[in-house]
Amino acid sequence: MGPLIVLLWAVAVIAACLVAGWLFRTVAIVATPHTIKRELRTAPLTASFGMLVIVIYIFVAIFAPLIAPFPEREIVGPEYMPWDHIHLLGTDNLGRDMLSRLIFGARNTVGIAFVTTALAFLIGAILGLLAATVGGWLDQILSRVVDVLMAIPALIFSLLLLTIFGTSIPTLILVIAVIDSTRVFRLARSVALNIVVMDYIEAAKLRGEGLWRLITREILPNALAPLVAEFGLRFCFVFLAISALSFLGLGLQPPMADWGSMVKENATLISFGDITPLLPAGAIALLTVSVNFVVDWQLHRASGLKE
Amino acid sequence: MSDTSNDTRDPLLTMRNLRIEGRADDTWGEIVHGIDLDLYRGEVLGLIGESGAGKSTVGLAAMGFTRDGCRISGGEIRFDGIDLTEASEATKRHLRGARIAYVAQSAAASFNPAHRLMDQYCETPVQHGVMGRTEAENDAVDLYRRMQLPDPEQIGFRYPHQVSGGQLQRAMTAMAMACRPDLIIFDEPTTALDVTTQIEVLAAIRNIVEQFDTAAIYITHDLAVVAQMADRIKVLLRGDEVEEADTRSMLAQPREDYTKSLWAVRSYARAEQPPVAEGTVPVVSIKSITAGYGTVDVLKDVSFDIHQRRTVAVVGESGSGKSTAARVITGLLPPREGEIRFDGEVLPPDYRRRSRDQLRQAQMIYQMADTALNPKLRIRELIGRPAQMYLGLQGRKLTDRIRDLLSLIELEPDEYIDRLPSELSGGQKQRIGIARALAAEPKFIICDEVTSALDQLVAEGILKLLDKLQGEFDLAYMFITHDLATVKAIADDVVVMKEGRVVEQGLKADMFRPPHDPYTELLLSSVPEMDPDWLTNVLSDRT
Repeated sequence: MGPLIVLLWAVAVIAACLVAGWLFRTVAIVATPHTIKRELRTAPLTASFGMLVIVIYIFVAIFAPLIAPFPEREIVGPEYMPWDHIHLLGTDNLGRDMLSRLIFGARNTVGIAFVTTALAFLIGAILGLLAATVGGWLDQILSRVVDVLMAIPALIFSLLLLTIFGTSIPTLILVIAVIDSTRVFRLARSVALNIVVMDYIEAAKLRGEGLWRLITREILPNALAPLVAEFGLRFCFVFLAISALSFLGLGLQPPMADWGSMVKENATLISFGDITPLLPAGAIALLTVSVNFVVDWQLHRASGLKE
Repeated sequence: MSDTSNDTRDPLLTMRNLRIEGRADDTWGEIVHGIDLDLYRGEVLGLIGESGAGKSTVGLAAMGFTRDGCRISGGEIRFDGIDLTEASEATKRHLRGARIAYVAQSAAASFNPAHRLMDQYCETPVQHGVMGRTEAENDAVDLYRRMQLPDPEQIGFRYPHQVSGGQLQRAMTAMAMACRPDLIIFDEPTTALDVTTQIEVLAAIRNIVEQFDTAAIYITHDLAVVAQMADRIKVLLRGDEVEEADTRSMLAQPREDYTKSLWAVRSYARAEQPPVAEGTVPVVSIKSITAGYGTVDVLKDVSFDIHQRRTVAVVGESGSGKSTAARVITGLLPPREGEIRFDGEVLPPDYRRRSRDQLRQAQMIYQMADTALNPKLRIRELIGRPAQMYLGLQGRKLTDRIRDLLSLIELEPDEYIDRLPSELSGGQKQRIGIARALAAEPKFIICDEVTSALDQLVAEGILKLLDKLQGEFDLAYMFITHDLATVKAIADDVVVMKEGRVVEQGLKADMFRPPHDPYTELLLSSVPEMDPDWLTNVLSDRT
């Protein structure tokens, strides 16, 4: 293949993605209620494509047992079979169907990443808003604890904790959620610090509002835009962290299908010029990029920037 | 039209049928509908109108510039023979700063806080190649002296936060003068300043514009100010010209109804109230309050009373402690010494220790409705929350109460009840702030500079509304303001504050009648009047 053909292919793929995004947006605008419709109209093609990819991933994750041609953990043929019409993407190092594992991997990796991110936000956002609203000693204590946690490199810290507590899925979720909640805490606190000085917060305090209502009705709605944007980014990081841990052998344990460990298990194939081990990596990359497209659009809207 | 001798020369700046569009929700709407304007060398043109009239937009267009989301859609802007609508960015960039300069409303926000005044001064002349760095520095000192800045040799080496607001505004005007431009655009340069500071800045600006024979466009919503500064006045309303005439004839005989209504605002005054009977218990009474932040006392031995159905205006320049007094009364800042009584009973100093009913009785209306209303809540909840909390109203009863409150503040309930604050104008937001205070059914309301962010016509509406509500609900008001025109309009009693102390207090009528305390005298004499000779007279009186 000459470089020109590669270039043409790249252009064609990008064009196809944008057309897919455009089609998705057009359909979505017709299918959704009025309020969402207005927002969707502002979505650029990149964000539309991102949303399309996310929708497909969610669909695949939910309906994995129905879509996958073979079970997740069953050995269905010899090892390292090439792509053919039965095993569309061949088989892995134990002879399990690659496509099926890729589909189940979406469920495991994406699902766990989502739960972990949600938990990280629950912990981080609540503590961050609390620290900013109450201030004083509580703020000092929470902030210093977070500083200490953040001083330790995240990957090494999670490796350490996972070695101590063992590698079950709940521990994995908890460890990564706690480590990531420190970043959320920082963001939530700094956003809320700008909000608590507003007159309407003073008015609410003078009205005699309680702490919970102050945080949920007065502060949180105004801090939501940056937090939502951060949720998208954080999701990508958590996702990558789980894949990295799986690659290192401390994440999701075999025989569960997981994109990170799938790369590791089949890595030898790369030396034979086979691109199959790169597919899980590609799936990770595609989702990360798509989520960021959507996050960029939301950030743009939240910050009120114009073209 | 004015018939000055200038007409024989070519105008420096002309605008013909200028149209500007702004974008909202992806559609372009016209915000300036065909303005014509002529400005001759050495002449000052005043542009006045309420907010949204397009005066800043027209002012910026004089530099061939539009804000983000705006575009010039038609007409012609000609500056000294150059058509700015056609000119390239490079040409315009060369004009800006060198031949056309701009002085913004808030000097504090326009200076870069990380650089010294001198560095920022020199940037423009050096960049445009008008003079070298050393020359520019000497020139700056000269201009600082002409702007009557203290210590002109050294002040340039300070950072923006090290000089006062009025000095910063003068430094900014000096900076605009750096390249000796042919035209300066002043966009509300004194609006953010106290009256006593404003007068110095006005004098300095007028002085320097005369000395260098610079043409200027002076944008303001304050008629008395424009009367001092401008040779001619152009009145704008919603992107259209209402009328234009030279200052004296405009002031003497405004032709259009709108202009007349602008002029009439200043004459509003509430009916005189009888003095309070001896022995009445005041609603709010503060006694020998000393309070402050850290080790600094902001309030020193402050006492005053506020009676039912009366308005006490607390006057003073910024830093005089008037807002701190409000924070002490609301309990946000517990005082070091002294006590606050409400209906004769001593209030706990900290708001957290006050009962819900004590909190309900004293409400507050803020200066900036933008920051005082939660932008994410709808009017229904903004007003409904106090009624729900204090009076326990629910469901239908609550909705009815919200609708009543909206009618009270003269907003149509059906139309406004489910809006967000961002869907309201500045005056409407302030009305919602009033409704929120009323919803608690208080006895006493603190109004903290409630009209100073509003246009005169809108502000007058708010003052009349407050006056009406006071009569209806027997409210006591504490009215914090630096604007003596507002005091004249609404107050019964006046408390004058300076540097944390009460300088003078008494009935309004006594306050405006001599003899005064020297500080009250200074405040009173600094309020601009509609007379175009006022500034000249005051300055000559003071020297």
